[in-house]
Amino acid sequence: MAAGVAAWLPFARAAAIGWMPVANCPMPLAPTEKNKRQDELIILNVSGRRFQTWRTTLERYPDTLLGSTEKEFFFNEDTKEYFFDRDPEVFRCILNFYRTGKLHYPRYECISAYDEELAFYGILPEIIGDCCYEEYKDRKRENAERLMDDNDSENNQEGSMPSLNLRQTMWRAFENPHTSTLALVFYYVTGFFIAVSVITNVVETVPCGTVPGNKELPCGERYAVAFFCLDTACVMIFTVEYLMRLFAAPSRYRFMRSVMSIIDVVAIMPYYIGLVMTNNEDVSGAFVTLRVFRVFRIFKFSRHSQGLRILGYTLKSCASELGFLLFSLTMAIIIFATVMFYAEKGSSASKFTSIPASFWYTIVTMTTLGYGDMVPKTIAGKIFGSICSLSGVLVIALPVPVIVSNFSRIYHQNQRADKRRAQKKARLARIRVAKTGSSSAYLHSKRNGLLNAALELTGSSDDEQHISKSTSLIESQHHHLLHCLEKTTNHEFIDEQLFEQNCMDNSMQNYPSTRSPSLSSNNGGSTSCCSRRNKTTTHLPNSNVPATRLRSMQELSTIHIQCSEQPSLTTSRSSLNMKSDDGLRPNCKTSHLTTAIISIPTPPALTPEGESRPPPSSPHPTMNISTTCSNVVKVSAL
Amino acid sequence: MRSRGRKESLAESRDLDGSYDQLTDSVEDEFELSTVCHRPEGLEQLQEQTKFSRKELQVLYRGFKNECPTGLVNEENFKQIYSQFFPQGDSGTYAAFLFNAFDTDHDGSISFEDFVAGLSVILRGTIDDRLSWAFNLYDLNKDGCITKEEMLDIMKSIYDMMGKYTYPAMQEEAPREHVENFFQKMDRNKDGVVTIEEFIESCQKDENIMRSMQLFDNVI
Repeated sequence: MAAGVAAWLPFARAAAIGWMPVANCPMPLAPTEKNKRQDELIILNVSGRRFQTWRTTLERYPDTLLGSTEKEFFFNEDTKEYFFDRDPEVFRCILNFYRTGKLHYPRYECISAYDEELAFYGILPEIIGDCCYEEYKDRKRENAERLMDDNDSENNQEGSMPSLNLRQTMWRAFENPHTSTLALVFYYVTGFFIAVSVITNVVETVPCGTVPGNKELPCGERYAVAFFCLDTACVMIFTVEYLMRLFAAPSRYRFMRSVMSIIDVVAIMPYYIGLVMTNNEDVSGAFVTLRVFRVFRIFKFSRHSQGLRILGYTLKSCASELGFLLFSLTMAIIIFATVMFYAEKGSSASKFTSIPASFWYTIVTMTTLGYGDMVPKTIAGKIFGSICSLSGVLVIALPVPVIVSNFSRIYHQNQRADKRRAQKKARLARIRVAKTGSSSAYLHSKRNGLLNAALELTGSSDDEQHISKSTSLIESQHHHLLHCLEKTTNHEFIDEQLFEQNCMDNSMQNYPSTRSPSLSSNNGGSTSCCSRRNKTTTHLPNSNVPATRLRSMQELSTIHIQCSEQPSLTTSRSSLNMKSDDGLRPNCKTSHLTTAIISIPTPPALTPEGESRPPPSSPHPTMNISTTCSNVVKVSAL
Repeated sequence: MRSRGRKESLAESRDLDGSYDQLTDSVEDEFELSTVCHRPEGLEQLQEQTKFSRKELQVLYRGFKNECPTGLVNEENFKQIYSQFFPQGDSGTYAAFLFNAFDTDHDGSISFEDFVAGLSVILRGTIDDRLSWAFNLYDLNKDGCITKEEMLDIMKSIYDMMGKYTYPAMQEEAPREHVENFFQKMDRNKDGVVTIEEFIESCQKDENIMRSMQLFDNVI
């Protein structure tokens, strides 16, 4: 029931008065309106633009957001209005839907934005009115194609394609020659041999020189052996290529049915059939015919040329237009051939011996070729002949623009796809740069956080300006979240270069055998890092130390904690532990620090779990470690 | 009355400006009609003429105008609106009868005044008023009495609204039987027609009918 008609429901109920007197049984009870409240205006504030409507208007569609109690979630008590932080332009259409019962799709609106808004308000896009439905569907289809294209190109992209077996690699190499050099080489070699094969076929028939006996021989017979060898080589290459493709195809049955594979087969079959057949008189005619099929090798070029593929696709998609062209031409040919035959019947020595013989004249005339081997001689014949040629132009000219426009559309679509891919690559590169910026922002702020905490501890107020207040509340909350994750998993985030460096270094070191329990976790961490099984960094509970620390630890079988060049070293956790008193942080500005025995910073939060996971840099009483840190290092209670 | 004057001028303008296209007269018709707008009389006058409150009239007008922006409903529109409430059957005939009942001045279209006047009787009138309105609906040729043929037409139109898919399945004879039943009950002097006095008298004696008439008290 349409929305606006709901307002006429009282009328429909009143009209039922006509049934009452004729009814034989009592009527059912009418439903009562429990809280019959007066219709009220409600205010919908969408991003500042206020829309007002009657409550009953919205309640016409109770299964949408605005019509149900879901909108109460958006009710703002202070201003007594419903606030939606959404696009006001699209909201206009949505509210009109409630008012008129028809949902319109504005042309200037982006299809995905519109879809999102509809999904938010709980409205199905299928109820878009007929006036706008076609446009909506077209745009949606285009968008879906674009998404599919993007997905395809994503899947085809190199890199991060783990575990491709041989078959899949080969298939990818065949389909996209640009994936590897080998594929490219293969691509060019096959292209070269196709060209060679086609040229051989052509040159074979050229007469080259005479043989004693004054007979002109085509080159094919003169240098029969050479040509045969060339042909064999080409066919070998084609056969090998076909077999390799067959092996690599994900679905062999589908591959064998595809057009390209049929072309391949047709291209190489004549050779094998020729090999098998003897030089029999009867079949030599057929054999000659088979050689014709060798020309199909030229179609193998379509794998190499996108334009050819587009052409083929166009012809396929214009099949109906081509069919119409053929049909109308046939009709016209038959009509005119008949007419010409009867017109020319009278004249003597006429070439128009029969109607089929006139077909040739009609075709040649309609396509405006006009060979002149058959010309009408009677006046009637000439008149009809001229009509024939005039109409020929028309009949052919009509379907051709359709085919041309189809071709142009498909071609441009392809261009657009390529352009989109190129743009997408550039766009993703830029986004990647921005992203790495933000992740390093996290690490950077962690270090800054440590610095801040240390400074506050040491109470040096003049360093307060180093405290970077540049991180917003959201950022700091986000960082806090990442901290919690680090704490939970006992691992830390580091950035990519350090990780790689770490792995490289560790692979070059001899690990000291894990004598001390303090090193064990460290070793465990580092071995695991290099085996690439877990990409998390080793856990250094004490500090956010870049991996250079680990290296130094391996070097000296003592515990060294080496600062990086960055100024701040203290754990960011210390910022969490600000309340707790004894976070010890070596606040070190020098590049080399080895911790004191007792002065290793250990956040108290770790101590409960300290039994199971002794911090690797926990001081070993037997080790002699000295601190060269310039700043004060506080003693922690371990 | 303003409204009648407008409707007359509509006919005139159609002939005068020559835009009345014989070939596609349906399209042209609607086009012409849509440029004519009918405005009802003031709210106060309607309040006097009908028994609705001001707020009720406002709500009614808003609904009316929403569906008929021009302010006038012609028979086609009326049938279309009414059919939306009965998706299963064919309500066209009954809607036509209703249209004739609402269109008291018989000018081919229902204005808001007609609409509200009819509703006022049905929803706010006395039982006798309602019964006479119903009688007026049944009396198709408005001659003061209901014949069997008229009643049969009405009955068929009501049964048509049910549609094909009913339980028990609709029989051909059902309307006729129902009409016989009705006449037995209503026709006192057995003269084959039901006059308004017979009708009201018989209805007042029937408990069911009395009770069902009270259903209309709470529609708005």
